[in-house]
Amino acid sequence: MTLLEVEGLTVHYGVIQALKGISFRVEQGEIFTILGSNGAGKTTTLKALSGLVPKSGGRVFFEGRDITTAPSHTLPALGLVHVPEGRRIFAGLTVADNLLLGAYHRRDKAGIKEDLESVYELFPRLAERRKQDAGSLSGGEQQMLAMGRGLLSRPRLLLLDEPSMGLAPVLVEEIFRFIQEINRRGTTILLVEQNAHLALEIAHKACVLETGRVALSGAAREVAADGRIQEIYLGAG
Amino acid sequence: MSWHIAALQQLVNGLALGSVYALIALGYTMVYGIIKLINFAHGEIYMLGAYFGFYALTLLNLSLLPAMLLSMAAAALVGVLLERVAYRPLRNSPRISVLITAIGASLLFQSTAQLVFGASFKPFPQAMPFRRIQLGPVFITNRQLLIFGVAVLLMILLHVLVTYTKFGKAMRAVARDKEAALLMGINVDRIISATFALGSALAATAGILVGMYYNRIDPYMGMMPGLKAFVAAVLGGIGMVPGAVLGGLLMGVAENLVVTLGSSTLRDAVAFAVLIVVLLFRPTGLLGKKGIEKV
Ligand SMILES: Nc1ncnc2c1ncn2[C@@H]1O[C@H](COP(=O)(O)OP(=O)(O)O)[C@@H](O)[C@H]1O
Ligand SMILES: [Mg+2]
Repeated sequence: MTLLEVEGLTVHYGVIQALKGISFRVEQGEIFTILGSNGAGKTTTLKALSGLVPKSGGRVFFEGRDITTAPSHTLPALGLVHVPEGRRIFAGLTVADNLLLGAYHRRDKAGIKEDLESVYELFPRLAERRKQDAGSLSGGEQQMLAMGRGLLSRPRLLLLDEPSMGLAPVLVEEIFRFIQEINRRGTTILLVEQNAHLALEIAHKACVLETGRVALSGAAREVAADGRIQEIYLGAG
Repeated sequence: MSWHIAALQQLVNGLALGSVYALIALGYTMVYGIIKLINFAHGEIYMLGAYFGFYALTLLNLSLLPAMLLSMAAAALVGVLLERVAYRPLRNSPRISVLITAIGASLLFQSTAQLVFGASFKPFPQAMPFRRIQLGPVFITNRQLLIFGVAVLLMILLHVLVTYTKFGKAMRAVARDKEAALLMGINVDRIISATFALGSALAATAGILVGMYYNRIDPYMGMMPGLKAFVAAVLGGIGMVPGAVLGGLLMGVAENLVVTLGSSTLRDAVAFAVLIVVLLFRPTGLLGKKGIEKV
């Protein structure tokens, strides 16, 4: 079943066209990764999906529903949850309060408590620090918090923007294991990454963006084997 | 009366006046915390609150508490409309345009009030009989007690709201990072509206309390207290709720102590002296640190 369908999406920043009509489909249950070098339009794609930047053209369907013009704050309740680039956790609030803000749209107290416990079980380090100021966490812990906060929204589709950015290699592998685990527990994932190697290892499908266009797409294995991906990445330095 | 008793008496008076400044300063600081705007029309909301209270007491013949609640609700509505009509369309404009708009809104409220309510002052009805209570060597009036009591009660309620409730946490999240707040499903526009409503309701209460304290209200009554409360918010650290309370109380006390030291003409100058000193030596305010949580 198709969870997300993107058709001819375009985005302009003033006169600059950052997305020049991109299309792809994310199927229920998979990890779909969007790759591309710096400035290719990956973040813009996710921001357009979650309504943070206006779309200048194209359409977006989520579970068959047209969400092209849906305001950002209505999307978590539909199950479309965006964990932004750079974590964007709320410093000055505790770890627990950050997680609970993820459940802002929810009313099911029991379900929230259950999900909170399962996030603590997935990320025991967050449980230890639940009363601490989120701003005092390390980079890796902040990424776990950002992902945990996303899970508290009960996503049907989780958009992750460069979760490995700025982390030490061991932590990067740990984060990727978490992504796989979240997917294994039933959440569909749209993963944006610069770390193409690891992303292609865990993803089922992939597409590669190049200056606002889809340059390459298909099963992750095929994309990984395609000579052009080497070229695109090497070309971008 | 010896000098130190006089000073003690001015301290009591200062705390009463200061708690009014604190109530007004809270509105400045909450709005600043959430949209980084100095709402220069805030003093006029306080003035309007006093008039709403006046009419609720005289025309509608309400008693004090219902009159206060009605005035708070009406002022909240004005604050929400102000944001909606004047500030929201400019949210992504340069700060200077928004600032000029705020000053324009302030003037508009003043002249509208002058048209509708009349330019001369109105005697504020005394909703309770005047009493003086001896407290050791000093006197405190029941009006001062009311001012102080109402202000402290509202500040405690606000503190609980901001610190512990889901709404308060959403408000702090919006103050921190609006985009991230949207991604949590928080309706950021609604939280901003609610912040204006809260700040305006507090200012309205301050307006009524001051009307009762000085027995009179006029369309320009918002200018000086508005400015002083703004200075109080900066003194405490703009964007911080405890800072507004501390700044307000300090401003009230400082102002009254200057009067004791023999210069009631310098009364209003205190605020500007404080502003200059703070901006020179501690622009983040007494409680301000770089990067501290703003709301
Ligand atoms: N807010 C913005 N204003 C103007 N241009 C932007 C803005 N954000 C991104 N861009 C431009 O859009 C293009 C795509 O950026 P982005 O989506 O962030 O790329 P990526 O996430 O793939 O690194 C880049 O050329 C970038 O400079
Ligand atoms: Mg990016």
